[in-house]
This record gives sequence, C-alpha cells and structure tokens, in this order.
Amino acid sequence: MVERGTALLKKMEISVAEADKRTGKNTVNMQETYTVYLIETRPAESVSEGGTPVAPDTLWRRYSEFELLRTYLLVTYPYIIVPPLPEKRAEFVWHKLSADNLDPDFVERRRVGLENFLLRLASHPVLSNDSIFFLFLTEVLFLVFQKADSRLKSLSAMFRVKNPDKRFTALKHYSEDLSTVISQLLRIRARVADRLYGVYKVHGNYGRVFSEWSAIEKEMGDGLQSAGHHMDTYAASIDDILEEEEHYADQLKEYLFYTEAVRSVCRKHELIQYELEMAAQDLSYKKQQKEELETGTVRIFSLKGMTSKLFGQETQEQRESKVAALEQSIQEGEEALKEKNAESQEFVEKAWNDIERFKEQKEKDLREALISYAIMQISMCKKGIQVWSNAKECFNKM
Amino acid sequence: MSGAKVPADISGHMLDLDEEEDLEVFSKNTSLAEGNPMPNSPDSMVNQFRLDEENEEEQQGAINKDIFVTVDNPESHISAIETFITYRVVTRTTRSEFDSSKYEVRRRYQDFLWLKSRLEENYPTLIVHPLPEKFVMKSMVERFNDDFIETRRKALHRFLNRITEHPILSCSHHFKVFLTEEELAPLRKLGPGFLSRMSETMRAMANSVRGLRSKLEEFAIMQEYVDDFSNNMCSVDKVTHRITKEHREYMDELKQYGPTYFHWAESEELLAEPLKGVGSCVEKCSKETEEQIQYLSEVLVPTLHEYVLCADTLKAVMRRRDNIQAEFEAKNEALASKTTDKEMVSISLSDSPLLMRFFYVWQLQEEVDDLADRVEQANNALRGDWSRWRTSMRADLKSAFISTAAKNVDYYEKVSLTYCPSSLYDVCLQTSTTLASWFRSGSLIATRLLP
Repeated sequence: MVERGTALLKKMEISVAEADKRTGKNTVNMQETYTVYLIETRPAESVSEGGTPVAPDTLWRRYSEFELLRTYLLVTYPYIIVPPLPEKRAEFVWHKLSADNLDPDFVERRRVGLENFLLRLASHPVLSNDSIFFLFLTEVLFLVFQKADSRLKSLSAMFRVKNPDKRFTALKHYSEDLSTVISQLLRIRARVADRLYGVYKVHGNYGRVFSEWSAIEKEMGDGLQSAGHHMDTYAASIDDILEEEEHYADQLKEYLFYTEAVRSVCRKHELIQYELEMAAQDLSYKKQQKEELETGTVRIFSLKGMTSKLFGQETQEQRESKVAALEQSIQEGEEALKEKNAESQEFVEKAWNDIERFKEQKEKDLREALISYAIMQISMCKKGIQVWSNAKECFNKM
Repeated sequence: MSGAKVPADISGHMLDLDEEEDLEVFSKNTSLAEGNPMPNSPDSMVNQFRLDEENEEEQQGAINKDIFVTVDNPESHISAIETFITYRVVTRTTRSEFDSSKYEVRRRYQDFLWLKSRLEENYPTLIVHPLPEKFVMKSMVERFNDDFIETRRKALHRFLNRITEHPILSCSHHFKVFLTEEELAPLRKLGPGFLSRMSETMRAMANSVRGLRSKLEEFAIMQEYVDDFSNNMCSVDKVTHRITKEHREYMDELKQYGPTYFHWAESEELLAEPLKGVGSCVEKCSKETEEQIQYLSEVLVPTLHEYVLCADTLKAVMRRRDNIQAEFEAKNEALASKTTDKEMVSISLSDSPLLMRFFYVWQLQEEVDDLADRVEQANNALRGDWSRWRTSMRADLKSAFISTAAKNVDYYEKVSLTYCPSSLYDVCLQTSTTLASWFRSGSLIATRLLP
C-alpha cells in the first residue's frame, strides 16, 4: 500500500509498535485514563551484517497529539489532501464490538490506523518533507497550537462563489457522493456482520444438544457427539472471520474520512476564489468610481451622488484629491488582484497535482481492499465446507 | 361436490418461536422433499419401488411391498355448514383381501383422525406414525393457506405410507375400510370408538392412582428413554427453528447489502467493475441463502417436527401398556383377596352361597387369565415394534442430517465459486498475498477486479 518513494522513507522506518494505558490529570484537573501509542523510528536498512538490529528511537504519543499534528498540516498545506486519522469513536459497530475507546480490540485497530496515518504522511511527496512532522516522530516535546488559523475558521462560513473552477465543483460533488455511499455500505455491512454472527453462534447450540442426545443413544451416540464438536468449531470460527472483516471496514473508513479532506481542499479553493472575486469586484468598483468623478456622470447610485445633487457639487480641488486617492487605491487593488490571482493559480496547480496523486492512490487501495474482501469470503467458504463435510461424515456414522 | 381450487395465499414464513405453544411449520413452496420427486400416483411409486430394490436399508422388512398409497390433490369443499379440505387417496395393491387392485377415495383430516384412533384402539402398544397436528387457532396463518395445506398433505402421505410399511398395521381392517370405502362419514359416527376411549381414560385415571405394582426393567428403561428422547427432540427442533430464523434475517440484510456496491459503482470509473463484481457476488450469496433456508424448511424441519410428535406417541403407547398391566394387576389383586385356601377346601355342593362364590371366583380367574394374556401380547407387540421404530427413527434422522450437511457444503461451494474458481484457490493456498497476486494475473473475478 505504501511505496518507499520518498526521501524520508528511504532514510527511516516508522511504526507504531505498541499501545499502553496511562492515567493523569486532564485540563479540568480530573483524573482520567487514556491510551498512549509507541512511535518507533529506526534508520532504514538498519540490520547490521551479523548482529542484532539497531534499537529504535521511541517516544509515546496520545491520540490528541496526532490530532494536533494533523491540524497543523491542514493549515500549512491547504492545497494538500491530508490523510485522515482513524476514527475518534467507534462507529458502524455491530453488537459484539464495544464502542468503548479502552476496549483492547478498538485500541489495536487504532494502533494500526495511526501507523497507517504516519506511513501515509511519510510517503507523501510534499508532506514527508515537513519539519514539524519530523519533530513529531523524533522529539518528545511538541508545540501545542492554541490559536487556530483564522482561515480555518472561515472555512465554515457560508459564501457564494460566482465562478468556481468546474473541476473542483465536480470533485466536491463526487466526494459528497462517495461519503454517502461508503457510509451506507459500512452501516449495512455492520448489520450483515451482526446477522452472520447470529447464524454461526446458534449452531453452537447443536453442540450442546447433540451431546445430551448422544448420551441416550447406543448406535447413534458417537456420530452425534462428534458432529456436535464440529458444530462448536463452526460456531467459534465466526470470531476470526469477522475480525478480519473489520480490517476491510477500516480500509473503507479511511476513504470515508478522506472525503472530508477532499472537501476541505475544495472549500479552500472556493475561499481563495471568493477572495479573488471580491478583489476583482472591489477593483472594478473603484475604477468605476474614478471614471465617474472624472467625467462627472453619476452612473451608479451612490449616497455621494445624491448628496452632491442635493447639496451641490464638490470643488475642483476636492474632486482632484479624491481622484488621486482613488488612483492610489486602484493601483494597490491591482497589485492585490495580481497577488490573489497568482495565489489562486498556484493553489489550483498544487491542489490538482495532489488530487491526481490521490485519485491514483484511491483506485489502487480500494481495488486491493475489494480483492482482499473477496479472498476473505472465499476463505470463509472454505472453512464452512471443511466443517460441514466433517459433520456429514459424523452423521454418516450415526 | 368438489369445490373451487384453494385460493393462493403466499404468506408462509417462519413464526417466532414461542416456548409454550405448538409449533406450526410452513414450507415455502411445493417443491421436493429429500431430493426425490414426490410420487404422483401409486403407479409411479411402484416404479420407484422397483428402482429402489437395490437399497436394502430402505425396505425395513417390507421385502415384497404389495400396497402403495398416495395422498394428493387437495380441494376445498364448501357447504352451508362448514368448509374443509379433502385429499385424494389412491391405493394400488395386489393383496387378496382387497377386491380390486386400485382404489380412489377422498378423505378429510377428520377421517385420518378416525383411522388413527381405531388403530390405537386395536393395537394399543404398536407405534403409529404421528398425524400432522390439528389447526391451532392462535397461529396467525389461515387454515386454507397453500403452504399449510401442502405441508399437511405431505405429512398425511407419510402417515399412510408408514402404515403400509408396517407388517401388522397394514393388515388392519380399519385401514382397508379407510382406503376403500366411498363414504367414511357414516362409519365414523358409529362404533365403539368414543365409548371405549372414555372408559379407557377412566380406567387410566383409576389405575394411575393405584400405580403399577412392578414394572419390568426393560419397560422402565424404555420409559426413561422415551422421556429423554422427547426432551432431546424438542431441543433439536427448537435449535433448528432458531437457525432458520437467523438465516432468514441474514438473507434480508444481504438483500440490502448487494445494491450498495452497485450504487457506489455509479459514481466511479475505474473502480466500477470491481465494485459491480463484488456486488453481484453478494447477490448470488443472498440467493443461495434463500435456497438453503428452503431446503432446511422442507427436509430437516418437518422431520424433526414429526419426531417431536413421535415422542408424544411413544409416551401414549407406554401409558397404554402400563394401563393394560395395571388392569391385570387390579383384577389379580381382587382375585387374591376373594379366595383363601380354607374356603376353597371346605366347599360342599349343598352350600349354595358358597357355590355362587366359587363360580364368581372361577369367573374372576378366567378374567385374570385373559388379562394376563393381554399383558403378554401387549408387551410382545411393543417389543417388536420398538426395535422397528428405533431402526426407522435412526434412518430418518440420519438421512435428514446428512442431507442438511450436504446442502450446507453445497452452499459454501457455490458461494466460493462465485468469488473464484476453487481449483485455483487451492493452488494459491499459501498466503493471501499470493492469492492477491494471482488475482492480479487473471481469473473470473480478477477480470472484473483488474484495471
């Protein structure tokens, strides 16, 4: 899933090796239990010729620190689709899994998810070079961001863009569709898993019942008893099967969360585009004002126009100074517009670069996920064939 | 006389398990039980019998089967007073007791009940295969539902066929009447049936108060087995119902799961093919699950149900045997209390009250001897039929479980084949990554999964 293409990965191996519980006081001075994860880094190709592998550098981090890193990356690289973190709380659960964040299965799956997150960052052509990311991996102390970028805040504001880039609009709609469809799939998959669990577990009752029955039968007893054991095996096999399927669900979830990152890039584009349009609009308004002042015609309704009509026109001096001020403003405005244009173009170019990279990655990853799902199903069927063939043999001996 | 065809009502589905109530079982449609086509007529049964001649096990002592019976063609009969279903019963036989070699009559459920009670009366300690249950009012499905009628018809067919296979019961006079008489209704109303049932019940009550003096070890063991068997059968039956229910719920979810993949494929380009591939596999899985449920409902569930009823039959048989013994013991006690050696010795012909007493005692002795014979007969009949029953029980249940297991294997094979041809999977058995790389190189589903 991850290519060793980047300079960072050529240099070091990264993993999230373990998870552990800690207790401490939180921000409101209450005692809380939380989980920490061990980040291990070692130089790549670090296994020496005849000896033991070099000991890795390690440090412990908790989930909220990963969140801080991600927020930083979102802010610093607005044109990049930043890989998502594994879910904060267990969603799309089916009944057996607990939604408890301290549940060992959940913690384990989160560990894998965090490792995946770091590897995604490390293999990203742009993000892997970020110095803060490097510090995150290697330095224990980590800066805490208290202030959110004002831009981040404005992302949630509503604004209308007149001429968005059509590709971004299309991408936004696609990511909304994808989000809907994956959510739906995950929800139903969870229900299917639940039902399948029921089917398998109920067969376990055959084990108990056949055993009781076999006690009173002379000829049929052995066959029944051993068939019952196979029923127990069958019932127990579902746990592993569904645990494997959770990995498939996690792969889908990653892309569900990716859609948010995609949408956020689209919104950033819209914001920039909006600012650009505002700047252009502002400039054209100023130009018009200047023209009016110069020619003396009032084409646009303005309070100035009205007041001058009512209270008489300004003097020549006043007008000339106004025109001068406007010219200055127009010049500034044109500079600003040029800047904004450049910014927008740069954003679009960089963003689209990353989007293409993302698309390729998505196609590849999801195809792999579907293949592994098919393999899982086949494996489940093979187990089923095995168990029921054995059971049939036992029934034959009845 | 025969009325309209039964109205179609396809509402058959599994009822929720209720611990207390009788379980009604409905199969999904009219197709096959135990993999063999349902014989259309006694003629085809004769043909099938000849084909089966190789299979010794199925013969069960009926080495030369000379009577074949089918139950089919349910029709509803509507009159001013009531509506009921009649079934066509066709008999083909070479037996000399029958005047003709072929008979066709119409019978209703009450007629079958009559036959059963006659048989039980005449052969109290023989094991008669159970009849399907009476209609239970509290269940939600109509009496004239197609599935209900079909299930009942099959059970009635099995009921009559078990009788034809029984060396003693098949020679019953009442059985012959049942198969041959045009109108059974008048005969049903006559006869000692009701009264003898009443007195039997009363005697049973009286005897149960007294209790049995001594029970032969073998029957005590039998009783214990019957009780245990009954419990076990009920448990197996319940578990099987639960399994069917869970399968059904799984299938319902699968039906919604498949379409989500197709839905997703709509917004994708390169991923559309693999998504549709997985979606269609899920759909196939759902169809196979449906078939699996159907099979369970038609093969395993009815068989288990019948043996639950059998357990009740066995209990009744044991009770009747006990009653016969109790009756004998009661009379025997009465006899013992009426005679003493002293009295027997000092009889003189001139002493008429004593003479009367002697005759009375002598009569009592006759009765006791009769009852002793009766006990002997009953016990022997039961012993004989017991091993017969055990053998057929074993065969029936074994066959039902084997075919269920086979069906499950078949299910998994079919689903696995949808995803991938099995031979190729075995080749790549080492690791899933190997299989994945094989997938990438080409196969059925891989062609859909590959770019």
